[in-house]
Amino acid sequence: MREINVKLITEKVRDLCIKANTDLGEDVLQAFDRAMEKEESPLGLEILKELKENARIAREENVPICQDTGFAVVFVELGQEVHLVGGSLNGAIEEGVRQGYRDGYLRKSICHPFSRLNTGDNTPAIIHTEVIPGDKIKITVAPKGGGSENMSRVVMLTPSDGVEGIKKFVVQRVKESGSNPCPPTIVGVGIGGTFEQAALLAKRSLLRPLGNKNPDPELDQLESEILTEINKLGIGPQGLGGRTTSLAVHILMMPCHIASFPLAVNIQCHAQRHKEVVI
Amino acid sequence: MTQPIRLKTPLSGADVELLKVGDRILINGIIYTGRDAAHQRLFDLLKEGRDLPMDIKGQIIYYVGPTPAKPGQVFGSAGPTTSYRMDAYAPLLIERGLKGMIGKGMRSDAVKEAMRKHKAVYFAATGGAGALLAKRIKKAEIVAYEDLGPEAIRRLEVEDLPVIVVNDVRGNDLYIEGERRYRKG
Ligand code: SF4
Repeated sequence: MREINVKLITEKVRDLCIKANTDLGEDVLQAFDRAMEKEESPLGLEILKELKENARIAREENVPICQDTGFAVVFVELGQEVHLVGGSLNGAIEEGVRQGYRDGYLRKSICHPFSRLNTGDNTPAIIHTEVIPGDKIKITVAPKGGGSENMSRVVMLTPSDGVEGIKKFVVQRVKESGSNPCPPTIVGVGIGGTFEQAALLAKRSLLRPLGNKNPDPELDQLESEILTEINKLGIGPQGLGGRTTSLAVHILMMPCHIASFPLAVNIQCHAQRHKEVVI
Repeated sequence: MTQPIRLKTPLSGADVELLKVGDRILINGIIYTGRDAAHQRLFDLLKEGRDLPMDIKGQIIYYVGPTPAKPGQVFGSAGPTTSYRMDAYAPLLIERGLKGMIGKGMRSDAVKEAMRKHKAVYFAATGGAGALLAKRIKKAEIVAYEDLGPEAIRRLEVEDLPVIVVNDVRGNDLYIEGERRYRKG
């Protein structure tokens, strides 16, 4: 057993909240570069340049990339040989979010669904914990903005809809989302499992660095087919027309019930923020 | 790409008429911030026949809910929020002299009609470019509804705030035209 004080988790989560919101990943910047080579719309090109410049300013001045600093979505892989002391895991994460959003001057965007009263400290966090072998903890913080999350959907297709049904639904979802999720987007797709598992797969798929291939050749092929169709839509950067509607499609898949065919589409904006740490 | 056009606020009907969809504009001068809750209050005041806390004639409202400013910073990250939530209030404000709105995303037919009729335009700022846009804000002060926190109405002095004309006074819409121009198959 390895003992870890949860204070350390609070500290790490705090730092990850700030870092994720101010430091856009190199993989995203490189995806902007690749998009700029292909973008046919002069206005679209200007917007992509602006996004790169924005990321540079945010990183250098340590300010948020986007004013919507999101819901704090936290993925935890907890080694089963770890013994946590000093408090609860979730409590420590919540405290880390509280401190990160306060100390990093991040916007608090979480409210009561009916009264719309702000919780004031950006908690609760959305925490997904998985227990895995080993004596380490991996924590990923992925702030999620409202604009792109609102465009996401889960649908229970019928098995006869097949792969074509998936393609059609995903492309249609991106089309209907138009400019709302701040294109260029990354489209996370979860196939299989149950209703809630499909959504989680879609969200998890977004953690894969841009430019990394899907290890499953069949899904890799499907990702590029869907991406090609999406980028024919013409929506373009910010929805003002162009080639770059999405930077990538990411798919995660698992078996499903013989009677079902769940599909989830989680749309992620260009502010593709996530940072991780291993303790 | 042609060079962006510098525009100084307040705007006259003639200024606005010159603008066409796709124009890149650098806004200079005073603009006001306002989003959901502030719009509701402005709208209610007008409905009751009362004065607004600021004169909106010739002015631009920026739909924004910034991050808190860091010590030493004029304004926190300040990208646009989605505009359709202000669609219910915008036509009345346009009728009363508002000349421009900055946000992101498509407007309703009623807003587009009001822009055409009373000569106003809608600009898009790049969604998510909050750090870049914040740097163009040189001064900020609260003019009303301090209790709304980040949603309070602020008077901003901006220098070369980059936006794009999406709806002009002739009823054009770049969201529709842009997509049509680049659609394949
Ligand atoms: S969709 Fe993303 S980039 Fe756009 S405002 Fe929301 S968080 Fe920011």
